[in-house]
Amino acid sequence: MITRSGDPAVRVEGLSLRLASGEPVIEDVSFEVAPGELLGVVGESGSGKTTVALALLGFTRPGVTMTAGTVRVGGKTVVGQNANALRSLRGKVVSYVPQDPGGALNPSLRVGDAILDVLRAHRAGAVSEESVRAALARVELDESYRGRYPHQLSGGQQQRVTIAMATVCEPPVVVLDEPTTGLDVLTQERILDELMRLKAEEQMAMVYVSHDLAVVCGIADKILVMYAGRVLESGPAEALIARPRHPYTKALVAAIPDVRHPRTLRGIGGVAVGVGEWPSGCAFEPRCEHRLPHCQAAVPELVETAPAHFARCWRWEELAAHERPPVTLRSRDESVAPAPLLEVSALQARYRSSRSGLPAVDSASFAVKRGRCVALVGESGSGKSTIARCVAGLHVPTSGRILFDGVELAGNARARPLEVRRRIQIVFQSPYESLNPRHRVHDSIERPLRMFRRLPRRGADAAVAELLERVRLPKRLGDRFPGELSGGERQRVAIARALAAEPDLLVCDEVTSALDVSVQAAVLELLQELRADLHLSMLFITHNLGVVACIADSVLVMDRGVICEAGAVDTVLTSPGHEYTRRLLEAAPSLPEDAVGVSP
Amino acid sequence: MLVFLARRIAGALAALLAASILIFAAVELLPGSPASAVLGRDATPAAVKVLTHRMQLDRPASARYLDWLKRFVHGDLGDSAVALAQGEQHAPIWHLISGPLKNSAILAAISALLMIPLSLGLGALAAVRAGKPTDHAISIGSLVAISLPEFVTGSLLVAIFFVGLHWLPPVAIVPPGADPLGSPKQLILPVTTLLFASLASGIRMVRAGTYEVLQTEFVQTARLNGLAERRVILRYALRNALAPSVQVLAQNLQYLVGGVIVVEAVFAYPGIGSQLVLAVQNRDVTVVQSVAMLIAVVYVTINLVADLTVMLLVPKLREPV
Amino acid sequence: MRWRFRFLRTPSGAVGVGIVTFVLLVAVFGPYAAPHSTTAPIGAPLAGPSGSALLGTDFLGRDVLSRMLDGGRSVIGLALAATALAYLVGLAIGLVAGYSRSLVDPLLMRSVDVMLAFPPLLFLLVLIAGAGSSVVVLIVGVAVIQAPGISRIVRTATLEVSVRGYVEAAVARGERPFAVIRREVLPNILAPVLVDAGLRFTFSILIIASVNFLGLGLQPPSSDWARMIGENREFISLNSLAVIAPAAMIAILTIGVNLTGDAIARSLGRSYVPRLTRSSAT
Repeated sequence: MITRSGDPAVRVEGLSLRLASGEPVIEDVSFEVAPGELLGVVGESGSGKTTVALALLGFTRPGVTMTAGTVRVGGKTVVGQNANALRSLRGKVVSYVPQDPGGALNPSLRVGDAILDVLRAHRAGAVSEESVRAALARVELDESYRGRYPHQLSGGQQQRVTIAMATVCEPPVVVLDEPTTGLDVLTQERILDELMRLKAEEQMAMVYVSHDLAVVCGIADKILVMYAGRVLESGPAEALIARPRHPYTKALVAAIPDVRHPRTLRGIGGVAVGVGEWPSGCAFEPRCEHRLPHCQAAVPELVETAPAHFARCWRWEELAAHERPPVTLRSRDESVAPAPLLEVSALQARYRSSRSGLPAVDSASFAVKRGRCVALVGESGSGKSTIARCVAGLHVPTSGRILFDGVELAGNARARPLEVRRRIQIVFQSPYESLNPRHRVHDSIERPLRMFRRLPRRGADAAVAELLERVRLPKRLGDRFPGELSGGERQRVAIARALAAEPDLLVCDEVTSALDVSVQAAVLELLQELRADLHLSMLFITHNLGVVACIADSVLVMDRGVICEAGAVDTVLTSPGHEYTRRLLEAAPSLPEDAVGVSP
Repeated sequence: MLVFLARRIAGALAALLAASILIFAAVELLPGSPASAVLGRDATPAAVKVLTHRMQLDRPASARYLDWLKRFVHGDLGDSAVALAQGEQHAPIWHLISGPLKNSAILAAISALLMIPLSLGLGALAAVRAGKPTDHAISIGSLVAISLPEFVTGSLLVAIFFVGLHWLPPVAIVPPGADPLGSPKQLILPVTTLLFASLASGIRMVRAGTYEVLQTEFVQTARLNGLAERRVILRYALRNALAPSVQVLAQNLQYLVGGVIVVEAVFAYPGIGSQLVLAVQNRDVTVVQSVAMLIAVVYVTINLVADLTVMLLVPKLREPV
Repeated sequence: MRWRFRFLRTPSGAVGVGIVTFVLLVAVFGPYAAPHSTTAPIGAPLAGPSGSALLGTDFLGRDVLSRMLDGGRSVIGLALAATALAYLVGLAIGLVAGYSRSLVDPLLMRSVDVMLAFPPLLFLLVLIAGAGSSVVVLIVGVAVIQAPGISRIVRTATLEVSVRGYVEAAVARGERPFAVIRREVLPNILAPVLVDAGLRFTFSILIIASVNFLGLGLQPPSSDWARMIGENREFISLNSLAVIAPAAMIAILTIGVNLTGDAIARSLGRSYVPRLTRSSAT
């Protein structure tokens, strides 16, 4: 790695962790972080990224033990220290910013007292109000926030407070565990700016854990890609993103929906391996499109592919020779505009429990043309899901009209004719809640078949098998319960259930936001394909502008219940007319140009 | 906060009002006249007629209800129906129950004074030691204790400490007017019996609440910020576990109020519970009504105080919604 | 399905189910195994154990063993009936209130508040003072005490489940509300509801037994276990077995049910926290 004068702030060598049963959790992880440098640790759920990050604080989850390696932060050894020594390190030499700020703040302590607690833990006697003030000022919160309780703060402010707590003792190293996941994109941007400033001003070394490569590549100096407890690739951020050497990293980059450079997404098939299921060879081999029989034989070593750039792949050299440029999306030919299938005019809807008196959706008007995909984008609480629910007949609007194929729809699904209910289908956000855990996959898909297409039991069996194949799931999954499926598989089943009705309009309510990036890309790929094959029209609700760019033809931007901008995707995303859209676009994380095959 | 307070008090009053209707209706509107119930099966029609008049049963039920409620609010509990049936002119219920009421209060108070600190202490201890032998012992022990009806616990305790060991008296008899605290040894078994179940459920709930808080991210974050474990437990875990615990303790205090009924019967202790059982046996309907209403007031008050305490403990609840 | 019986593999689950099975067998088949009459004296009152009366005799000279074998039916039968009735009503109200989120809701919450204004035993005593004591009064009284609390638990669980995707998908398909409740909601609230039913069954035993102990419930010559304890309590120093034997039966029954419920609740994991308390109606 790049050598600098002086000691690195973090040095991890050969770190390995195991379960009590002997199963490896983390295997041979090494890295260094210099002062003023930010290392991004990227991986999907279960890759071990958080475990590595917490090891820097000498923390392991119950049942997990460090079995080999050294960890040094700020020149001090972490591994093997007793509880007292660790306590004096934590917060003072290496500190921690958690993922969910709302849950991470003591609800009965005022902000100032929470910060004071950290100070007191490390500087007995020399605790001053001045330091609290300075800590708050560091994250751009003024004096008045000292007396507030966590519930009186917004999510972004709460995260600033946890950062203030983590930096109040001016530690040389800060570990950040998905600090912006769950925050809106505008808030995320401000927090990231804040971190960049802190890093530069205080020369802190930061370790930033995230599942989001797009976010990381915008802020990191170096990136570590983890998969199944091992480092698959590491190197300088720009080089790693622009010239990934491991097929997994390549696939991850190809799976990121990018708002500035829309292209055809390619998902990664298969499911990530969990702890205890590690194959004997390369862990990514089962999902790798470049695998060869000998990949199963042994785990490849990390080899230096370029200065300071390492990858763990048997075939990196041959693969580097055959780069496939990504396919940039062309905009749709709108010369022959089809007739509208869904027309929404002056829609207004309220929450039952709303006390503010403000409607959740106000005077929303738009149309979805046949065979087209309209994206509805906005931050949480913007009212976008309420529109989806109104269209599906789950939320009765207070006023306005919804026309479907020229006929006005009743507000309540039960009041709509069977044929209309069949033609409009909805898929929901959470893969964990969208399938009845007590019904087998087969039964979940069979129900709409029998209801809408009046198929007899025998005919339904064949149709279920066909639908499973359609969403690229093996037929045998029909006998399983949802609890036995992965998130991506469940979401495919939910799509199959909707397709069973042979709908004309598919309403997708944040269907990919709970999925890992690689799985998201695969589901989006599937939806694109279905749309083309089945001539589906889609209303696609999402908060992710990158997804919009990759899947939709036109877009509606919502802000606090109102559609503030509408138009073709190309137009809106390249030359936004509304201030809010502009801010959203600026804040959206994006890959550098050379990573997406666009010459600058 | 004041709005919340007012709404909460109004709610409590409404619940009491509904309770009073329920109590009154249960006794007076069920089949059979209360007068003949009081007098028993061999009553002559003439006697029934006299008592019906003296109890004013010839007036409409709604009027009698309002009258009863009005007098109750002014502190007048009325006359004992059985005493009236026996020909007495005045038999104020208050005279009948004031002594027993005091005895019961003493019994419940001693139990409460022991129950509250023990529940908090042992519950928190079990949570901090979660998964260790201390926790398992406390958890199994409390499950067993909570499963037993008071009369079973009481009888088994008597079997052990009186029949078996001859250490403690089997009954707690207090002559009228005497102070129950005069012979404290008598109170040991009744108090232990009362404590058994209430303490067990208190410990379990406090443990559950504290354990939950210990798993939260803010406790984890406090540890990762290098705070001392003592401070993490006291200021981060226990402080936030206190609010749910207050509600648990209130439930247990309420339980003590109900539990004395059976415990007094087991140990022949002259309290309000024994008085109530006697009244039910004799079908002394007026006494049952008034005692029931009195207990309902205590019950609702405990609830109200608990809610207000919780409000003071949780910053989020102190604000106007 | 496998998960349903996972709790049997835990020690408390296995012991609990074993105990409950044993007590149920005694209650059901005991009366046929009774060596003597349960109502007629067989010798001197309050005699200690002997060859013909293994547990001695009670205060009227009746055989304690025979009465003990006979006395489980009423304890379990009354509690089962009361719990079943309470559930019939509570489940229906809770499902409707939770699913339709309608006017029933505030009414339900108020009725729970009113039930919370009394000790449950007191309510039953007031009822007995008014209506006299009978099997019907005991069953209905206990059901009335429990139903509001049950409907509140069912309502909460239903509310939680009915916003999930699979329920909404069924609603959007236009399924009849009854079908949605039966196919989508009910199976998914069953687990916590079953655990709650176990707790309520113990509670029914506790309260009915307490009334019987006080002598205000079942009348002589009933050989109900709680009644046996009440009748012989005064004479505990003469033949303590007449008290200890039925007390032990009630004790192991309630402990067994609670152990089982606790084990099931644990096997359900974090999704359900067992509410084992003595303050009932909540």
